[in-house]
Amino acid sequence: MSTVVLLTLTGLGLAALYFLIASGLSLVFGLAGVLNFAHGLFLSVGAYVTWWAEPHLGLPLAVLAGVVAAAATGALVELAMIRPLYTRHTEQVLVTVGLSLAGVALLQSIWGADARVFPSFAFTRNVTTVLGAQVPDDRFLLIGAAVLVLAGLLAFLRFTRYGLVIRAGVENRNMVKALGIDVRNAFTLVFAIGGALAGLAGILGGMYFTSISPGQGGSLLIFAFIVVVIGGLGSVTGSAVAAVVVGVLQQFVNYYGVSGAGDVSVVALLAIVLLLRPAGIAGKAATA
Amino acid sequence: MKRFVPLALLMVAVVLPWSTLNLPGLFDGPLNSPGTLQLLAVCLVFGGLALGYDLLFGRAGLLSFGHALSIASGAYGVDILVSHYGWALWSAVAVTVLAAATLAALLGSVALKTSGIAFSMVTLAFAQVGYILVNRDPGGLTGGEEGLPLKTAGLPGGLVGVVNTVNLYWLALAFLVVTVLVVHAIDRAPLGRTLIGLRDDERRIAVVGLSPYRLKLLAFVVAGALAALGGAVYVLVVGGASPHVASSEFTLALIVMAVLGGAGTRWGAVAGGILYAFLDQRLARLGGQLPGPFGQPLFVLGTLFILAVYFVPGGLAGLRGRFAPVRRALRRPAEVSAS
Repeated sequence: MSTVVLLTLTGLGLAALYFLIASGLSLVFGLAGVLNFAHGLFLSVGAYVTWWAEPHLGLPLAVLAGVVAAAATGALVELAMIRPLYTRHTEQVLVTVGLSLAGVALLQSIWGADARVFPSFAFTRNVTTVLGAQVPDDRFLLIGAAVLVLAGLLAFLRFTRYGLVIRAGVENRNMVKALGIDVRNAFTLVFAIGGALAGLAGILGGMYFTSISPGQGGSLLIFAFIVVVIGGLGSVTGSAVAAVVVGVLQQFVNYYGVSGAGDVSVVALLAIVLLLRPAGIAGKAATA
Repeated sequence: MKRFVPLALLMVAVVLPWSTLNLPGLFDGPLNSPGTLQLLAVCLVFGGLALGYDLLFGRAGLLSFGHALSIASGAYGVDILVSHYGWALWSAVAVTVLAAATLAALLGSVALKTSGIAFSMVTLAFAQVGYILVNRDPGGLTGGEEGLPLKTAGLPGGLVGVVNTVNLYWLALAFLVVTVLVVHAIDRAPLGRTLIGLRDDERRIAVVGLSPYRLKLLAFVVAGALAALGGAVYVLVVGGASPHVASSEFTLALIVMAVLGGAGTRWGAVAGGILYAFLDQRLARLGGQLPGPFGQPLFVLGTLFILAVYFVPGGLAGLRGRFAPVRRALRRPAEVSAS
């Protein structure tokens, strides 16, 4: 029993990371039609800025700085690189591919290719006993952060004017344009939000794995892609559900099966979902 | 005249190992030194791999992010059969390419149920499984992160040793020629025109009564087999398989090559592959001497690629068209004076 509880909570912790990355990707794709390969770069920017700022500012402010830097990177990428290629989707994907290659190499040249020890809050080193299981507290940090983000994101999409524009844009971009609303500002906003969430995921991932390296974003990004496809492109709730399924499945199969089986089972799940429901769990709709 | 340019280039490439020409700056040694020949062989292999990928991307319009899986199957398949089981090289290559084509058929039949970006993500996910498997070293077969050096005992004598690097060079050239022949034959055949039709408008192909799914699957399998063959040659040239060939970065590099050269054109991907592989290896060699981020080959190549997407949309192959007005302007006075 205690193993099951520990595995579930660890899986949920991982799911929290996947969700933070996938929700931004999903919104960016749903609205702008861009598969953003540079999303892993936002992740690394957040993590490295926090790592760099922590000795100067202390951890809470450093986390804030990391998230802001990642959001700014996201907005900047949209303004400088995605916007000039408006509606040319393949080129947009290609540019983000180039950016992901060059960006990781740039980080490597600044901070080296080796992993760096990442700071964490003191309380995450404690353990809490849940139903007889000794659960490290960093799981609760991840899950709590993801739940807050999910609630905040859904509230933003439902109750604000910009949220309405984004939801409508995912549904039918041309109709929003026809109503005289400039969707492009919403694009920048969505990139900034996606960047902030990815930056947060990078920081929390650094705390969870206790280290960061330039290539870390890329490996997490692939599972986030899987979560986005399973959850349905453009759907925040779909991403959340898919992230939980993927994270928990991966943990359980990795524990009870042979090493690496968990990662393979996730891809098998992807194949099954695609064969049964090609549009993913939620289809292409921004459900708020 | 234009038709003979590729043939002439091929002849130059074939006789190049007899040249002792020194090109300082471009190569460290004379052209026929083993180091230079190996660098050139890697460039030729990448030229072939990029063209094979362009069959999917530039021709059929399938933005696959999982091409590395086929290359890795070829590389590791041959390496494992030769190094662990002591197979003869040629039978290992034949079996591996067949197996990789079968794998491509299986995975393609699932992945092609989707289209557009979802297809890209699904192929990426499949390839990631290959990467994970290779890294986990199942049963001690793949050597994990260290990679699997190719045991030379099972190889024909002509492919072993530094003296015989020239044979590896010709082997790489042969692979490039095979890929060019296959892809250009497809280009000329009705299949090639149908694939381009699929890229431009899938519904029209379906309306004509052809099955887009089957045609795309056929292209996927052919590209998979070519990639596996390329992987096998790559293993011979570099002397072993490493997890890098299975990584998503490897596929991304192929995309960069195809786009840099000019996707969907006759020679663009080949030129892009050769140029990319050359820059990658030279920049890695010069790495220490260049300041800051320029010491990282991927930074230079990634930036170059982004600039190419913005400013040279047709890639290297598109440059010709861009300079056409200049050439015409230059030629006109000459024609006028001649007449």
